[in-house]
Amino acid sequence: MQYTAQRTATAPAYDDDVVRMFVIATITWGVVGMLVGVIIALQLAWWPANLGLPYTTFGRLRPLHTNAVIFAFTGNICFAGIYYSMQRLLKTRMWNDTLSRLHFWGWQAIIVSAAITLPLGLTQGKEYAELIWPIDVAITIVWVIFGLNFFGTIAIRKVEHLYVAIWFYMSFVITIPVLHIVNSLAVPATFLRSYPVYGGMTDALVQWWYGHNAVGFFLTTPLLGLMYYFLPRAAERPVYSYRLSIVHFWALVFLYIWAGPHHLLYSALPEWAQTLGMVFSIMLIAPSWGGMLNGLLTLRGAWDRVRTDPILKFYVVAVSFYGMSTFEGPMMSIRAVNALSHYTNWTIGHVHSGALGWVGMLTFGTLYWLIPRLWNQSLAKPSWATTHFWLATIGIVLYTVSMWAAGLTEGLEWRAVDSAGQLKYPNFVDIVHQLSPFYWLRLLGGLMYLAGAIMMAWNFILTIRSAPARTGEASPALAGAH
Amino acid sequence: MSATQKQGDGFHRRVLERKLGMFAVATTIAIAIGGIVEIVPMFTVGAGPAPLAGVKPYTPLEVAGRDIYIREGCYVCHSQMIRPMRAELLRYGEWSRSGEYAYEHPFQLGSRRIGPDLQRVGGKYPDGWHYEHMRDPRSITPGSVMPSYAWLLQNRIDPADIAASVRALRKVGVPYTDADVSGIPAQLAAEGKAIVDRLAAGNIRTEPDREIVALIAYLQRLGRDGKAAIAAGQGGGPSTP
Repeated sequence: MQYTAQRTATAPAYDDDVVRMFVIATITWGVVGMLVGVIIALQLAWWPANLGLPYTTFGRLRPLHTNAVIFAFTGNICFAGIYYSMQRLLKTRMWNDTLSRLHFWGWQAIIVSAAITLPLGLTQGKEYAELIWPIDVAITIVWVIFGLNFFGTIAIRKVEHLYVAIWFYMSFVITIPVLHIVNSLAVPATFLRSYPVYGGMTDALVQWWYGHNAVGFFLTTPLLGLMYYFLPRAAERPVYSYRLSIVHFWALVFLYIWAGPHHLLYSALPEWAQTLGMVFSIMLIAPSWGGMLNGLLTLRGAWDRVRTDPILKFYVVAVSFYGMSTFEGPMMSIRAVNALSHYTNWTIGHVHSGALGWVGMLTFGTLYWLIPRLWNQSLAKPSWATTHFWLATIGIVLYTVSMWAAGLTEGLEWRAVDSAGQLKYPNFVDIVHQLSPFYWLRLLGGLMYLAGAIMMAWNFILTIRSAPARTGEASPALAGAH
Repeated sequence: MSATQKQGDGFHRRVLERKLGMFAVATTIAIAIGGIVEIVPMFTVGAGPAPLAGVKPYTPLEVAGRDIYIREGCYVCHSQMIRPMRAELLRYGEWSRSGEYAYEHPFQLGSRRIGPDLQRVGGKYPDGWHYEHMRDPRSITPGSVMPSYAWLLQNRIDPADIAASVRALRKVGVPYTDADVSGIPAQLAAEGKAIVDRLAAGNIRTEPDREIVALIAYLQRLGRDGKAAIAAGQGGGPSTP
């Protein structure tokens, strides 16, 4: 880390208020999003949990869950981490405080409008792009505000070099609006309803180009940026390899964008596009593992502290799950494997090893690192952090294992034929019945994960309530931590 | 870090990392290439879906039903894409051709089969089956995990709202004519009455403007044009499982 030496110089007055706001939003929406996840997990195990109301059926709540955990929980921690780290990496306050606040309140308003519209059944009907067109317009405006502030801050930086975390943030800031705008182009029928300009398989391709790169550029690159800033800080070790970070950054951002068609294997999408999607997905292992290795090897010499420091525990599991799910993803992109895994719970398990394992654990580690520094108060219940870690880790294992088992069960039974060449399970619902124990097990895993998050939230409430009143932006007690 | 300093003279460190504009442009180019290569040919070299002959746009009542299908998030649990595999042909019927989807805005392929695929559900069951299934799925399929959609039996559709949908779909390229658009109220009434009459034959009483009627119209249309076109030799002709 080339900035370690420079960073101890007199700290400018950073805007940490906006970081604190994004941090609180992360925790709040995280608990809400995970709670909705637990509810819809219960609905699959026990249908009466749909409550017989239009607003609470699985079909309406599942988009609420995905939007909440992706755009609210993950989005807010990315913004929190970016605002915290970029000011320090660039040794300057954010370019414009008003834009920072507009970004914060605009993004929260978008989340609230999503939470209102989705249960009302107001949707565009495209996965992870459900929000109706007026909200899509608002997202674009808020992103432009964020982008202006982001690039403005880089422009007024007091250091020459852009550190690797900034590269990853930049790919996030640039790519998300491209994906969002292209995928959301639509003609409104009313204020609440619109139809995409693309039709049929073209719409499907555009959507999965968007959908897969939402994974790539919303759930991966900004978090890799956070990893490159916060992991070395927490481990008190420099990043393992600067050269590796260059190679894997460029390879990752170039290759990711091609991988979308692996969501459409065996579909009516042209064969060449399916093959491109598969091939580039397999190639993605290399840059993904480059990032994983750079993260894990940064801990060299600090492994003894992993035993005692819950923050490092969270980071080690996060980066390990990143490695695992970026291996599993390419495997599932191979046609022969996808023939079995597609449409099944295996995909749900895969997504959650990335979401709960990589995104969630990295977020928790970062929150445990940030909050004592932001509020100048040590954690109220340090032992709870370790309990949270184990609840979350065991929860993820229960979740992924049950979904692998459920996915293999349904995948194999859908295709099973008897000696006469007829379907062995001609009644679909007979296969659904067999998934019930796995759904209950998954619910248990999800509950443990949620319980851990609530423990964390409670811990932070206790911590923040006992924090001393803040007198200035950069408190002297923290000088050593900068 | 000594390793870092040794590489300190490279182009990346010497130039790219110091130039914000250059770095941003390079990133934009890197993320643009894949999308351009994959998506642009769908428009330029005819790789996108041209409709199979005989695949027609949805009627106004079916459009209303499709809007309900989207509103309720049916795509979250049901796919509309049959893969060219023996077990899928046995379970669901003909595999999906791209030309069947030409008028699908948005596409509803889905990504998960919590319930069965619906692409060829049109004509598979009588109207009364769908009516009862929506009212209480377990009355038809014991052990189903699908929620009940009883409110569809009460809610009414709004012809003005459906006309707005048809006009917007026309703007994105679905070939509705002026006559199609001006005839929407009459067409809705006629189509609705046909379904109501069929339901009445099975002792189910409802009215033509109920949401359930529109949804049944949509579900009963699914996959039928494509199936007929394939049977007539389009899209490579019929396949045997």
